[in-house]
Amino acid sequence: MYGKKVKLRAFFILLIFLSAILTIFLVIKALEENVVYFKSPSEIKNLTELGDKKIRVGGMVKKSSIKTNDSVINFIITDFKNELLVSFEGSVPNLFEEGKGVVAEGFLKDRSYLKAVKILAKHDENYMPPEVNEALKDNKK
Amino acid sequence: MLNYFNLNNTLFIINRLRKFVFALFIIVLLIGLSEALILSPEDYKQSDSVRIMYVHVPSAWISLGIFSLISILSFGILIFKNKNFSLIAKSLAPSGLLFNIIALVTGSIWGRPTWGTWWAWDARITSMLLLAIFYLIYILSWRVIDDNDKAIKTSSIIAIIGLINVPIIKFSVDWWSTLHQPASINLLKESTIHSSMLVPLAIMTAAFALFSLLIFLMKYNTELIKIKNKGLDRL
Repeated sequence: MYGKKVKLRAFFILLIFLSAILTIFLVIKALEENVVYFKSPSEIKNLTELGDKKIRVGGMVKKSSIKTNDSVINFIITDFKNELLVSFEGSVPNLFEEGKGVVAEGFLKDRSYLKAVKILAKHDENYMPPEVNEALKDNKK
Repeated sequence: MLNYFNLNNTLFIINRLRKFVFALFIIVLLIGLSEALILSPEDYKQSDSVRIMYVHVPSAWISLGIFSLISILSFGILIFKNKNFSLIAKSLAPSGLLFNIIALVTGSIWGRPTWGTWWAWDARITSMLLLAIFYLIYILSWRVIDDNDKAIKTSSIIAIIGLINVPIIKFSVDWWSTLHQPASINLLKESTIHSSMLVPLAIMTAAFALFSLLIFLMKYNTELIKIKNKGLDRL
């Protein structure tokens, strides 16, 4: 078997490694608020104070909620529990679509209205050719 | 401890192996590229920008794999004082960093048309940037520290600390809400990527792995020649 010195070294290094893991775990835990890239409409609803800082809200674009009025786009972000109305002036990414993921960055006017300055489309984990997508849609019908 | 009694013999074998790996890499890369760029279908939503994924995902996998390997070797280096492990770990790092940078850059190029932004400080992307910084510190620690024994120790500790970041990268998309999408390929669940896209992805991963092996053999070869020139027949 290995000598006493090797065992001692193994123990020493393992101890450093484990304490480093614990430190980082605690740091991340404490910073959790900042690690998340966006909040959900439900989390917005439960905010104690609104604040005037820029905020990101993510969720699904509610079906048939997109309304274009001149250059202003209005739509609703939903997490299927709560909803948030978003208005935005500018161009949206190509993947911005009803029923798909979206992240809106902007300023909260109240707990159900966000004035966005930037819209990001969130892509999901599904990858498939168009034919397969068509076939899936047909199956659903 | 590894015996370099026949260092010349080892160098000879590495040279032969290098040529073989190089030929295999070219073949697999050509098959992979024609699959990824021509034969595979476009995506139903992203259309042709899905092809960036065939470079992005394998690069990310390889850079994570190589870093994990370096970290595991580093445990061996510190605990068993194995000098050969330190040569292997040192020679692995450059291709790991290269693929890490490729993953970041291709991700950025993909993010612009898909998300609508070049960069987002979300957990996945930030932790991946942190991995690149760890790679950089690791490689620099070998260069900056003149005393070889000290360099071995310092670099190994850096690699071990950096290992903690690896599961954070992997699970960042599950633990926190991120702009980056969750994994499409799961061992436990059914994959959410169509098989016609899985094939080019697998071939490109093999090609990149071969390329890393090639760069590793070249670097390892250089390290052995350095030892030979010092007139040592063993480490």
